Amino acid sequence: MNRIWRGDLPASAITPRATFESRREFVRGAAALALTGGLWAPLGRAFANDAEPPTRERLAGVRKSGYKLVDALTPYEDVTTYNNFYEFGTDKADPARNAHRLRTRPWVVQVDGECARPRSFDIDDILRLAPLEERVYRMRCVEGWSMVIPWVGYPLARLLKAVEPNSRAKFVEFSTQADPATMPGLRSRVLAWPYTEGLRIDEAMHPLTLLTVGLYGEVLPKQNGAPVRIVVPWKYGFKSAKSIVRIRLVEAMPITAWNRAQPSEYGFYSNVNPEVDHPRWSQAKERRIGEFRKRDTLMFNGYGEEVASLYSGMDLRKWF
Amino acid sequence: MVLDARPGGLPGWVHPAVWALCLLPLLWLVWLTFAGGLGANPIEFVTHSTGTWALIGLLLTLSVTPLRQLTGWNAILPLRRTLGLVTFLYVCVHLLLWVVVDQFFDWPAMLADIVKRPYITAGFTGFLLLLPLAVTSTDAMRRRLGRRWARLHRLVYLLPPLVLLHYWWAVKKGVTEPWPYTLAAALLLGWRAVTWWRARATVSRV
Repeated sequence: MNRIWRGDLPASAITPRATFESRREFVRGAAALALTGGLWAPLGRAFANDAEPPTRERLAGVRKSGYKLVDALTPYEDVTTYNNFYEFGTDKADPARNAHRLRTRPWVVQVDGECARPRSFDIDDILRLAPLEERVYRMRCVEGWSMVIPWVGYPLARLLKAVEPNSRAKFVEFSTQADPATMPGLRSRVLAWPYTEGLRIDEAMHPLTLLTVGLYGEVLPKQNGAPVRIVVPWKYGFKSAKSIVRIRLVEAMPITAWNRAQPSEYGFYSNVNPEVDHPRWSQAKERRIGEFRKRDTLMFNGYGEEVASLYSGMDLRKWF
Repeated sequence: MVLDARPGGLPGWVHPAVWALCLLPLLWLVWLTFAGGLGANPIEFVTHSTGTWALIGLLLTLSVTPLRQLTGWNAILPLRRTLGLVTFLYVCVHLLLWVVVDQFFDWPAMLADIVKRPYITAGFTGFLLLLPLAVTSTDAMRRRLGRRWARLHRLVYLLPPLVLLHYWWAVKKGVTEPWPYTLAAALLLGWRAVTWWRARATVSRV
């Protein structure tokens, strides 16, 4: 119900998000009260989140795209409470608990390196650079679970073309924000901060690679990598860098955070591949969040038709 | 040295009380399941949770003897069996969750995992070693096995290393949760090593 786009309503007629949210919370709380005898709902709230509920804001002018799936969408609740975002802690419940500290405005993304027009993009520039579209993608985590998420954004290629990459731009390096004041996870030395990720230039320019500013039609929640991240649906989730502050076009293959931490387990490419196991577990199957039985993992996460040609002639066991 | 400072065994209500206390985590999980409180990945949650409680049970079981030796309170000795069986219960639930809920009786996949995945090999070996201990935990079996019972039950010392390998190999880099359990296990096994070494030294002097 609440997800119907109401673009033709005057602004004054729209219930403020906070009011709406609090009403919905009340209804949901009441339902929980009825179902469980009132014992669980308040305790669950106390357990789930020690902060005030984050404000949710709709993105204007989002059009639907052809990227749809027959798969059921993973509920918003699950997409926003089960995250790997080590800057906010290693537990998958940590980001939802801690990410509220992140300040996403002002936000500047520096795009430079091997290009003719290096420049900084304010988050508002990024939001205006190209029309926003909704794309439903499968998301497969290297840990063996998956989700189906309606992202909002536009191809990363649109941003990269704006800085005019030169012929030496063979790779793209992404750096995530690393602010110890707002990111408690940085106290741990589990990864070398800032988190860096990388793509080959043809992967970065591929139309599937999405510069992402939202999900479920709303501004990207902080625990999901606000205000801007990338989504590379045919690779394991950790390849999709979150809360990006810098994008650098480079000639040499960049060193990525997980590859640096455990080179034997996390390769540069990390394409979803059911035939190449993680050294400690099989990648043949996955558990879709919300489902009981495991399902088979698809080659390139089901995007083989679009991306397999990028890797023709490559030994994907060697270049895992 | 006064071996038994408090004559007589523990009061009759202690064992049921210990059982009830030890079943609380399991009941809590059942409750969370029906209250929808297990989060986005409930199967992972219950598997991890029962595994952790099994490890805690094992460490509590191994604490009884040092506690008895330190305090001279011999009446607590039977708690060793109670806690051991509690551990076995949590291990069984943990294993059954893997077999039934996580893998859904996919025997070839499970067999491949036991052979190929070191963390599953370690965990499954731990289960195989625990099995005879649980089976021979009754008074009748203890009488029947005589001296061999004590030797058989020394297998328990292999369990903490196996279980901790199972734990450390299963988690991703940077996860620190196994540390407290590792330190506790080192302390409990270290205590036994020191006691054993001292006893030997005393015997050799005689």
